[in-house]
Amino acid sequence: MKRTLTCIVCPLGCTLEVELDKGNVISVSGNTCVRGKEYAVTECISPMRTVTSTVKCDDGRLVAVKTSRPIPKEKMFDCVKIINNSLAHLPIGIGDVIIKDVYGSDIVATQERN
Amino acid sequence: MTDLVIIGGGPAGMSAAVAAYERGVRDILILERDDNLGGILRQCIHNGFGLHKFGEELTGPEYAYRYEKKVRELGIPFKLNTMVLDITPEKRITATNPEDGIFTIEAKAIILAMGCRERAKGALNIAGTRPAGIFSAGTAQKLVNMKGYMPGKNVVILGSGDIGLIMARRMTLEGAKVAAVCELMPYSGGLARNIEQCLNDFNIPLKLSHTVTQIHGKERLTGVTIAKVDENRRPIAETREYIPCDTLLLSCGLIPENELTKCTDATLSQITGGAAVDQNRETSVDGIFACGNVLHVHDLVDYVSDEAEIAGKSAADYIDGKRNKTLNIPITTDGKIRYTVPQRITEAKELTVYFRVADVYRDVKINVYDGEKLVFSKKKQKVAPGEMEAVKLKSEIFAYAKSLKFVLEEA
Repeated sequence: MKRTLTCIVCPLGCTLEVELDKGNVISVSGNTCVRGKEYAVTECISPMRTVTSTVKCDDGRLVAVKTSRPIPKEKMFDCVKIINNSLAHLPIGIGDVIIKDVYGSDIVATQERN
Repeated sequence: MTDLVIIGGGPAGMSAAVAAYERGVRDILILERDDNLGGILRQCIHNGFGLHKFGEELTGPEYAYRYEKKVRELGIPFKLNTMVLDITPEKRITATNPEDGIFTIEAKAIILAMGCRERAKGALNIAGTRPAGIFSAGTAQKLVNMKGYMPGKNVVILGSGDIGLIMARRMTLEGAKVAAVCELMPYSGGLARNIEQCLNDFNIPLKLSHTVTQIHGKERLTGVTIAKVDENRRPIAETREYIPCDTLLLSCGLIPENELTKCTDATLSQITGGAAVDQNRETSVDGIFACGNVLHVHDLVDYVSDEAEIAGKSAADYIDGKRNKTLNIPITTDGKIRYTVPQRITEAKELTVYFRVADVYRDVKINVYDGEKLVFSKKKQKVAPGEMEAVKLKSEIFAYAKSLKFVLEEA
């Protein structure tokens, strides 16, 4: 089986051709870099995404957050739900963990809030 | 007298300030109208910035913070909440803020880094009523990411610019239903990766060659009529379709914000909407430079930073009297290539020429002519309006040229 993907690793957006046999990746072509090949393999086996959102701080303002590493694609909505039910405590520095262990990732701040 | 005044504290302004400082300028002032440095990156909370510049994937606020931190560490002065009202060709700046009132500054050099704004509803001439619920994609982004308000629940997006695509994903993740993204052109204006991760991931249809022909609703938007367009971009009546929605987001292009540039009498490019500049990003007015989205709209902030560094270093050299303008070579284009930046060459040193094409073309050659003579050629599998291209030209190519013409030809 063949699958055509658009690489999302960088702005180049390479078109990737992946050859699959019973769910195993046989070959990847069309990639410009190593990361593209890694993306193609992961995307065909267990697609992962970085999620970005905002968390409410205890003073009412928002602070921007992201998953510290990509999480399973099908968990994106659940992840945002967990984020929306949380409260962040001031002061917050960039990289501070706001929520621990969400689908194998931490939710970390990408903004300062003092 | 201030050596260097930079108008705008976004990615372009901060990067230019740091570059000028590192080249030896100490008397710098950044004027920023918002209440914080960082510009529009502050509301771009998604990731994907900085791969080219830092080799890692950052969010907008993280990218901005890298530069803000440098500006603060170097002690480069900046004034926030400060609106510049006028700049004369003699480089006298009039500005205002709540602390200083109205004040003027004389500058040896000025860098224009005011960025761009979105094409607004009024410019699109959509028929129908004028209810609440119509936002530019960037306004919706500010409401969701900075204020914590959702502008609506059922959304249609007109235009497939990157901000529109990013907001399709953002609002979907926050519980809204995005019915469709309509794009007037037969191709998207956004990056391929954004179509994949913002639309395809959520099964949001991208309707190419489609536009919104009518807005419905009295108090609040109740729906839009969309239609397919023919090759002349005219709606085809039989293809009309009604989509109920409470929100319409517009992502129909960005316009460099050049009201202040006009005050300086600098020559503007009719195509970019920004100043016409040389390889140093100097405008037609001595000592006034421009960089970032105020000069021409970029796809990637990384390239904005690169361009701002050129402007910052060049402004430093100008202040020091270290300049060597020996040439005056205009760069023209064939129309398939819409524009180049820079638009003229004034120094005999290697430079990168950035350009944008008018349509999607495959298997082409980017040819550069000095009169009839072909002096540079580069093959390209595909070029598209949404992706800025660049070529490096060595000085021996143009040292004796009268003019250069960029032409797109079949490979």
